[in-house]
Amino acid sequence: MVTTNSSTEEPAEATRRGEVAPAIGLEGVAKSYRSGSETVRAVDGIDLEIARGEFFSLLGPSGCGKTTTMRMIAGFEEPTEGVVRLSGRDVNGVPANHRDVNMVFQSYALFPHMNVAANVAFGLRRRRVPKKEIKRRVDEILDLVELGPRAEHRPSQLSGGQQQRVALARALVNEPGALLLDEPLGALDLKLRQSMQVELKRIQREVGITFVYVTHDQGEALTMSDRVAVMNGGLVEQLGTPAQIYERPATRFVADFIGTGNLLPGRVENTDGAGPYRVALGSGTTALVASLPEGAGTGTEVHLTVRPEKIRIGVEDPGGELTTIPGTVSETVYMGASTHYQVALPGGAEVIVHRQNSSDATLAATRGDRVWLSWEPHHSYALP
Amino acid sequence: MRNRKATPYLLVLPAWAWLGMFFVVPIGGMLSLSLTTGNVVTGFQQTFEVGNYVDAVGTYWEQILRSLSYGACATLICIVVGYPMAYWIAFRAGPYKSAYLLLLLLPFFVSFVLRTISWRFLLADNGIVLQTLKSIGLAPADLQVLNSAPAVVLGLAYNFLPFMVLPIYAVLERMDHRIVEAAHDLYAGRVRAFTQVILPVSLPGVFAGVLMTFIPTSADYVNASVLGGADNIMIGNVIHTQYLVNNNYPIAASITFVLMGLLLLGIFGYARALGTERVMEVHA
Repeated sequence: MVTTNSSTEEPAEATRRGEVAPAIGLEGVAKSYRSGSETVRAVDGIDLEIARGEFFSLLGPSGCGKTTTMRMIAGFEEPTEGVVRLSGRDVNGVPANHRDVNMVFQSYALFPHMNVAANVAFGLRRRRVPKKEIKRRVDEILDLVELGPRAEHRPSQLSGGQQQRVALARALVNEPGALLLDEPLGALDLKLRQSMQVELKRIQREVGITFVYVTHDQGEALTMSDRVAVMNGGLVEQLGTPAQIYERPATRFVADFIGTGNLLPGRVENTDGAGPYRVALGSGTTALVASLPEGAGTGTEVHLTVRPEKIRIGVEDPGGELTTIPGTVSETVYMGASTHYQVALPGGAEVIVHRQNSSDATLAATRGDRVWLSWEPHHSYALP
Repeated sequence: MRNRKATPYLLVLPAWAWLGMFFVVPIGGMLSLSLTTGNVVTGFQQTFEVGNYVDAVGTYWEQILRSLSYGACATLICIVVGYPMAYWIAFRAGPYKSAYLLLLLLPFFVSFVLRTISWRFLLADNGIVLQTLKSIGLAPADLQVLNSAPAVVLGLAYNFLPFMVLPIYAVLERMDHRIVEAAHDLYAGRVRAFTQVILPVSLPGVFAGVLMTFIPTSADYVNASVLGGADNIMIGNVIHTQYLVNNNYPIAASITFVLMGLLLLGIFGYARALGTERVMEVHA
């Protein structure tokens, strides 16, 4: 197996050009449950195309529908509306054991009565692969996850991280069209989780298989993924690369859920030309934003968003083509590499500012000091 | 403070006293009794008469074999009937699990003997079951079920069914259901998922269930005496008669030990065949 893919972007590009069917396609997929007399829509109509060889994350808080979406791809749940496609084929009504995808469960779900090698060989045996080849492929995949010497151990004799890698090997060995991972690192401690993130990314690059990764941990999603779908309330709030999601959140939910977002209520003052546009923040302060929500006119209520590390903090008004707002420091938190300031604006809103503690500048602003905040117009956006 | 180390031993003392008084002492007494000679009138003398055992096996081997085979048949029926019950309650009963478990146990609020006697009424030649079957032509007019081996086996299976269902249920209930999904995910259909994953993982429950039904059914005497008639005497009935009717205590005691030895041998053989290590480990 292990078709080493030096550039994972290539197949993804081919998919986008429409030459190859996407590994996974969701068209208007929805899932409703009956809960007593009520009908709950866990997934409320999702359209997605996941390209071959892509590392794709479904990111959202618990109850956002990400796990249900994944279970519909795996075949454990049937969508109540819409179509699930695997490599272009409509798989509605096809049971899990006839789908060319494999899953890594959050609880690992290893077979407790089998040793590691038997766990990994399970799928190949069901597919009647010749014995010799099973042995070769099991050995190969156990080497890939660095568990060769543990082949004869029972799952109960392994550590959490090792069990996790067995679960990964058990799915990968089948060379599925896509690998579905349901919060696979959730049960591991922080250090192990971080090293497994790097490990997972390495394995994905080596085998070139499409990974669909479900997580509520934004750090995980941002560091590993080629693209991320941020989900909330059964819908995709935003779909994009990690940089797009972080730098250019499309909704208030995304701005708030990913990283630290500053959300300031305001009112649109002008809508002329290509921007920047002015937004009044109250108490006579005005900010410049790069874009306005669709259909916004003068006077529309909006929320301005700007990331904490994009804001400069100083004791004097820098002037120029910047947004400049005076404020009062209400809290400072020293973090080592950076210092976090909480600054109260004239209108009463609080803004979080992250400032690198680089060698060239020291700012001795403490609680109660008057400061000036400034940022480039293209770093802030008005959201509905 | 001073007695802290002694506390656990003091706490376990009543249990030891209990075991000593009601298990070790009686079994020692029985063992000694099984090696005596004499009768109730002249009294029993300790003569270490091993011939009692030869007599017991020589005279009653037929009843011993019959008991073990009745017990085995009843246990088998319990597995066949009980496993699907346990499976259904654990996986399919949803919020009504407790209600079904209660239904399973409800008959046990009635005395064991009464329940067995009610089977006499049900299985009587002109009782509601046979009479109905005969009148609609589904059974021959001269069919008799009472006082036969099947009647005893059925009675035993009925009376001990919950002892099979409950341990299997306990294992299935706490089984991580995701491993079944994992089996499906790895291309196993329903049959494969059952034979390769669910069944092997639930074997410790079956093992416990077999012990809890095979031992008491093999030693039972109520079902044989109520449902079996003269031709289907089990070893429990023999022991009962030798003790309480013939007052031949040495023979009764030696039969008891023969039965106990056979059951223990059977259990060890069974555990070995199944792999005790595996049985004990799976859900540890």
